[in-house]
Order: sequence, then C-alpha cells, then structure tokens
Amino acid sequence: MSMTVSSESATGVVATGPGGPISATGPETKTQIKPYTMNFGPQHPAAHGVLRLVMELNGEVVERCDPHIGLLHRGTEKLIEYKTYVQAVPYFDRLDYVSPMCMEHAYVLGIENLLQIKAPLRAQYIRVLFSEITRILNHILSITTGALDVGAITPALWGFEEREILMEFYERVSGARLHANYFRPGGVAWDLPDGLLDDIWAFTERFPKFMEDLDNLLTNNRIFKQRTVDIGIVTKEQALDWAFTGPMLRGSGVAWDLRKSQPYEVYDRMDFDVPVGLTGDCWARYLVRMEEMKQSLRIMRQCCKEMPAGPVKVEDRKVAPPARGEMKRSMEALIHHFKLFTEGFHVPAGETYTAIEAPKGEFGVYLVSDGTNKPYRCKIRAPGFAHLQGLDFMSKGHMLADAVANIASMDIVFGEIDR
Amino acid sequence: MSEQALKELGDVIAAKLGSGVLKVEVRLGELMVTVERPAILAVLTALRDDPATRFEQLTDITAVDYPDRPERFEVVYQLLSYTHNRRMRVKLSTDEDTPVPSAVPVFSAANWFEREVWDLFGVFFENHPDLRRILTDYGFEGHPFRKDFPLTGYVEARYDEDQKRVVYEPVRLTQDFRAFDFLSPWEGMTNVMLPGDEKAALQDGSKKP
Repeated sequence: MSMTVSSESATGVVATGPGGPISATGPETKTQIKPYTMNFGPQHPAAHGVLRLVMELNGEVVERCDPHIGLLHRGTEKLIEYKTYVQAVPYFDRLDYVSPMCMEHAYVLGIENLLQIKAPLRAQYIRVLFSEITRILNHILSITTGALDVGAITPALWGFEEREILMEFYERVSGARLHANYFRPGGVAWDLPDGLLDDIWAFTERFPKFMEDLDNLLTNNRIFKQRTVDIGIVTKEQALDWAFTGPMLRGSGVAWDLRKSQPYEVYDRMDFDVPVGLTGDCWARYLVRMEEMKQSLRIMRQCCKEMPAGPVKVEDRKVAPPARGEMKRSMEALIHHFKLFTEGFHVPAGETYTAIEAPKGEFGVYLVSDGTNKPYRCKIRAPGFAHLQGLDFMSKGHMLADAVANIASMDIVFGEIDR
Repeated sequence: MSEQALKELGDVIAAKLGSGVLKVEVRLGELMVTVERPAILAVLTALRDDPATRFEQLTDITAVDYPDRPERFEVVYQLLSYTHNRRMRVKLSTDEDTPVPSAVPVFSAANWFEREVWDLFGVFFENHPDLRRILTDYGFEGHPFRKDFPLTGYVEARYDEDQKRVVYEPVRLTQDFRAFDFLSPWEGMTNVMLPGDEKAALQDGSKKP
C-alpha cells in the first residue's frame, strides 16, 4: 500500500492545503494532520485512462472523492446523428474499446427492433460467439490490470498474451484487431473464414489452463486478498439505487443477467450459469468475473458445436448489401449496393431502448428515428458512467490506495463513460 | 412480455397515478408513459414503491431535442424492474427555461444522469444537489447536443507555442461539412411525405380536396 502512495507522489500528485498538509503542534513529535485536497490524475496509470479525481483526504483516509470526467468526450451521440445507420456502427467500437463487438451488438439490435427484422440463425450464433469472446477479452483486461493496480504484475503479462490470441480471432473474422465493425444491421458483415471455428474450439480447450494459472496467482494470494477483501462494499440496495449493473450488481448478490432474464439472440438456447457474489466487495466482483469467463467458454463451445449453416445476413436487399461477387454481375445488386452505401436505408419512425449484457454491465442504446436514413437521437447508456458515480460512496472512509482498488474493480474504460 | 400485458400494466399505472399521466402507449413492445412535469417525482416514487410495478432501478435519463415543438425538450427516464423483469419509459417535456424537478431524492443514480442532460441540452433540474457540467470542457459555453448547435462547435483548442498554453480560437474548416439531402424526391427510397405528395394520393385530378 505504501508503495502505491509513494509512487503517486513521485508521478506528480499535488497535495495542497491551508498551512501545508502537516503541522507540528508542540516540541513532542505529536503531529496533527489537516484534511487536504488532492488531485489524482488525469495522467495516472491507476486511473485507467483519463480520470481526474479531486479527493478530500484526512491523512490517508478518503473523505470525499469527486470524479471529473469528460476528458475523452468526443460527442459520439451527436456525430451519430449526422451519419447513416450503418456509418454509425464504427463509433460503437470506439466506446468501450476493450469490448468492441458487444457495443455494436446493442446498436444493431436496436436498429433491427426498429426495422422489425431478425438476423438469420447463423448470424445470431456468430454474434453470440463473438460476444462471449469479447467478454473474455474484457475480463482478462479488467482482472489483470486490476491486479496490476494492487501490485501484481505477472497476471497482466500473462493475460495480454491470451488477449492477443482472442484479438487474432477478431482479425480473422473482421480484418481488424480492435475496431471490428463486424456486426451489421440484419446480420454480420461476412461469414466466418474456414477453420476459424476449429481454432476457437482449440482455444476453449487450452484456455482453462490459463484460468487455473490466474486463479493460482490471485484468488488466494494473501496480498491480493488484503487489498480487495472488504474493500468497497456495495450492498444490494445501494447497487439498485445507484443503477449498478453487470458484475457490480452480481457481486452484491443480485442474480440478474440480461442474457438469462431478457434473452436476446440465441442466449435462450445456451446452457450457462450466472455467478453471484456474496460479499459485495472488490474480491467478490473479481470472483464473479473469473467465473463469468468460465461460463463464456461454455457458451463458446456450444456455439461452435451447434453453429448452423445458412446465410449470415437478411436476404432483404433494402437493408443488407448484396455479396461482392453478385454486385459485379447483377445490375440490381449494384444499384442496391450503391444506394445502401450512399443513402443507406430508411428506418420507420419510432423509438426503442435496447439493452444487452455487455461485459461491464447493461449497455443500452436509446434510438429515436424520425423515418429518415439517420438516427434522430441515439443515446448510449454506458454501464461505467453509472458505476463511476458510485466511487464516492464506495471509497468514503477507505484509504487512498483502496480507492485505486475500487476503480480497478469497477472496470472503468473511458471510451464509454465519456462517449 | 406480451403487448397485451404491457397495455394492462399501462392502464394500471394510469389509474393509480391519476391526473399526472397524460398518455400511455405501447410501441414495439415497449411501454411509454408521458407525464406532467411537476408530477415526475410522485410518479417515479410510486413506480418504485408500488408492489405492482416495483421499478427499482433508474437505468438512464436522457433528453431529445425537438426544436419545432413549443416545449422543445423531451426528458426520458428509463426504468427497470428486477422483481417483475420489465422495462418502461417515462417521458415529460420542458423548454429552455422551465426547470424539471430533480429525481435525485428518489434515485441516487439520477445525479450524474441529470448533470449530463444539463450539460449537453441545457435542461435545468430543480433542487439538484450539484448541477455542474460533466462531460464538456471546463469553461465550455453552450449546450452541444441541441439541434441548433453545429456539429463542429464554435471554438477549437490548440496549444500555442508562444504563449505556452492552450488557446481557444473560432473553428476554421478547410472544407465545408457535407450534408446531403436524401429527402429529395429524386432519391427513391424514402416514404417521407413531402410538400405536394398528397396530390398523388388523390383519386383523380378533377376534384379538389
């Protein structure tokens, strides 16, 4: 703990206060510590991006903590209003950039709801498969960098190796390691390349070994437990009141997962369990995430096994573009292609709120259409935004270094919080 | 959940809340209730505490800007019930000057959601404990998500080497923002009624409507 504090003062954390932070009251070495305000970030490795925290500290105890966000605000929602529905998909990759495909998923489901279409079965399976790959991708980063924040370096080194393998799957299916732009309204952009399913299957066989290693390194590690057990306890009532979702909610003992309670795509066909934490502290949330990765593996295996044959996007050419080869031969296909990529499709007027269980929690898109080819309003409900505002009550009364553990257990990514 | 069940739930809510509810509708399988602005706190409290509804979580608050309406902003509350596994939407309308009662006493989560709506749309929330800007820059002027705020904004920031600080300057574009008019009648794929389209729907040209 003292390591973290000293490294902070070395990297430019400024402590200010009337009369300086410490003043001696007498000739004896009895020191009286005055509360002071400290600026944490925005350039701090433990802030997981550009988070600026203005903290009121009493000694090393946090009394108030006021996150200043918005340093990564790009106005995504406004930009989307000026793009056609398909052109707006890549913006979603850039929201939560460690779980890109899940963000796309909420958006395309919202459009499909407005258009009243449903992706073909194979596309649904592919989406579920990649949503779960994304979940593992996200949880590896969340757990290992969280461990890094409380002093363990090895998990991050090992975890990033596995992430690289998963990002290779991303690359093979979409051509990009991170910003995939793969899920499209009405299906997915392309079919899976040959051999990919076999390689994913091989990964699911190999990955439990990594999970075991990670488990050995962290779960019962004395230092890790000292830093996470009983830190940042969130009760069930608080979790509901502060709009917590995902592992933050399940860690507090609420058995709720949108994949089970409001199943979308083919999640109702999948056999998996929802882990629930008992204590609501950072450790419980860590355990929930660990178990979720195992459950994701189960879903991935079922997807690989049951993957049906068939088209990967709807046959309606007014929504999904024709195949490239077809476009070269058929005039009608060419016209459709041209119209879809210049004007785009028109979406009937209406509004919908569509939410999915993203790795970080409930990621929702509130889409308002006025009947034209561009969204009238697209509000993105990011789980991290709601979680971060709970940092104040979670950190109150804890030590400064525990605030860092809290941030880590919230799984903060600024792309989605600042939008 | 079936449309019928949602309709029934909507009727129950309308009956319980009485005059505060202006409209109940079910669209695309989602329940929307439009309420009067002063009634919002009572509505949210009732929806949260009533055993028949139990909307325990405020998922989100947002706003939509319709500049042509007399009350241009529509403030939208998304609610989720864990007990009954249901979602619903509560809406109200306001304009630039009329404050909306803050939902913070009912749901703590409303704090940042309302700050965001204030920051981006300029909807004022009454009795909010801490209504500061949240997403835009320190010292930002205007409310960027309003429809009359340009996409490019008014100022751009750059680091000035001479003054050794960040300076703000009016936006200069090397190329105009290209906005295409896809509602032109020559563009085929639209079903939008344009001025004059109603003539095509007339049975024959001889009679005037």
